[in-house]
Amino acid sequence: MSTAVAEGKTWNGGNEPLKASYGKMMMWFFIVSDALTFSAFLAAYGFSRFKFIDAWPIADEVFTHFPFLHGVNAPMYYVAFMTFVLIMSSVTMVLAVDAGHHLNKAKVTIYMFLTVLGGIVFVGSQAWEWNTFINGEYGAVQTKGGNILQFGEYVEQDGEQIFKRIAVEDFAIADAHKQRTAHESKNGVWFVGESALPAYNVSEVLKGLEAHENVLVRTHYIDEESGEKIILSRDHSLKAVKDNGKLYVKGANLQVNEYGAPLFADFFFFITGFHGFHVLSGVILNMIIFFNVVLGTYERRKSYEMVEKVGLYWHFVDLVWVFVFTFFYLV
Amino acid sequence: MAHEHKLAIFRGTVKFKSNIQKIWGVLIFLTIITAIEVALGIYKPGWAMSPLMTPFEGGFMATLGNIFLSPIIYMKFLNLIFIVLTIVKAYYITWDFMHMRDETKALRRMVVWTGVFLICYLIFILLQEGGYIQGVYENGFVKRDF
Repeated sequence: MSTAVAEGKTWNGGNEPLKASYGKMMMWFFIVSDALTFSAFLAAYGFSRFKFIDAWPIADEVFTHFPFLHGVNAPMYYVAFMTFVLIMSSVTMVLAVDAGHHLNKAKVTIYMFLTVLGGIVFVGSQAWEWNTFINGEYGAVQTKGGNILQFGEYVEQDGEQIFKRIAVEDFAIADAHKQRTAHESKNGVWFVGESALPAYNVSEVLKGLEAHENVLVRTHYIDEESGEKIILSRDHSLKAVKDNGKLYVKGANLQVNEYGAPLFADFFFFITGFHGFHVLSGVILNMIIFFNVVLGTYERRKSYEMVEKVGLYWHFVDLVWVFVFTFFYLV
Repeated sequence: MAHEHKLAIFRGTVKFKSNIQKIWGVLIFLTIITAIEVALGIYKPGWAMSPLMTPFEGGFMATLGNIFLSPIIYMKFLNLIFIVLTIVKAYYITWDFMHMRDETKALRRMVVWTGVFLICYLIFILLQEGGYIQGVYENGFVKRDF
């Protein structure tokens, strides 16, 4: 008899073995699958990085800018700020959930508002970060084999010889009688045009290099012992640009990357872009919930569980950023 | 509706009086960890710039040992610190912000074990293969990008 009773209880429905509502559980399952998507992207990044382990850009040298501080070398401070903004908006989100448990509408409203604000600041910061990365800083020459040649000179600093990067613009000698102009569609027979030409061609860079005795080439290969990029001698610098130089590149896009392997830029755009898209959808979801809170939908429902569900998603976005931060900027 | 929260973190050594206090406590903890990461990333202390162990030499067992201990054999100690700290951060975000601490054991395991198992598998396959291809470039005569 006891089994019959137990069976009736077990199989008649209405059981909640996980003691979580359907919505919350489904949010967790979505998060698991989304976490797998992100880890696949990050693992693919790791794959490509291991493949080109001796030629991968050093993140500290790529992301060195801070808004309103021009010419200051500030590696990682900005991205640390972004991380803090996102963690902070996670905190306001938990506070909103907690206030929801106490059915405190006023507090939920304030905290949801702050969460949305944090999300917007984060997405804006990411746009700024992309902008600086796309515009680039020093410029470089890409070789026929797809390698990157950067430029710089040795300077004395605190009694030590330090290699300081020089922008190509500062030494290249522009040819006043340049023949090559961009082919515009208005001159083309069948409306054929081409994208903008690079600011310099390689012979102009070479001429500048020959004229400036102090400038040396830095390759994108990493010296295994010192962990720094290999710098060529003066003769080899001239030879490298003369024999192999093909294209002047500045900044990064999906085809070229002045900092090193183009794959680095591709993965950066793809992974931070996909994460940024998650933040954007999170902001929109949070806004919808915010307006529902203001309108009193959950007040009438006597349950703020929707805040909790959207909160799970928001924390997940934060969680992913913690990993993106580590693998793109630190490791 | 009762919402029970477990208020102790660090295996019960730190106890908070209310859920809100716990949230701020966890925030402080996460901020400290991020600050440590950033500081280490900027200064790159010399003692952390090489792996803890040199690879085993020899036959099959040595290779197997190298694979199992790869985080301390092939990875710079600094990077290992970064990854461990990241996982610590992830733990506290999930456990305290996402309230995993208050969920049932079954839900916790469903989410965490599935994720951890599949992610470990993925990482192993891809990184192993990436390292192999790098070896082909370096030691073989293949110049073509594949």
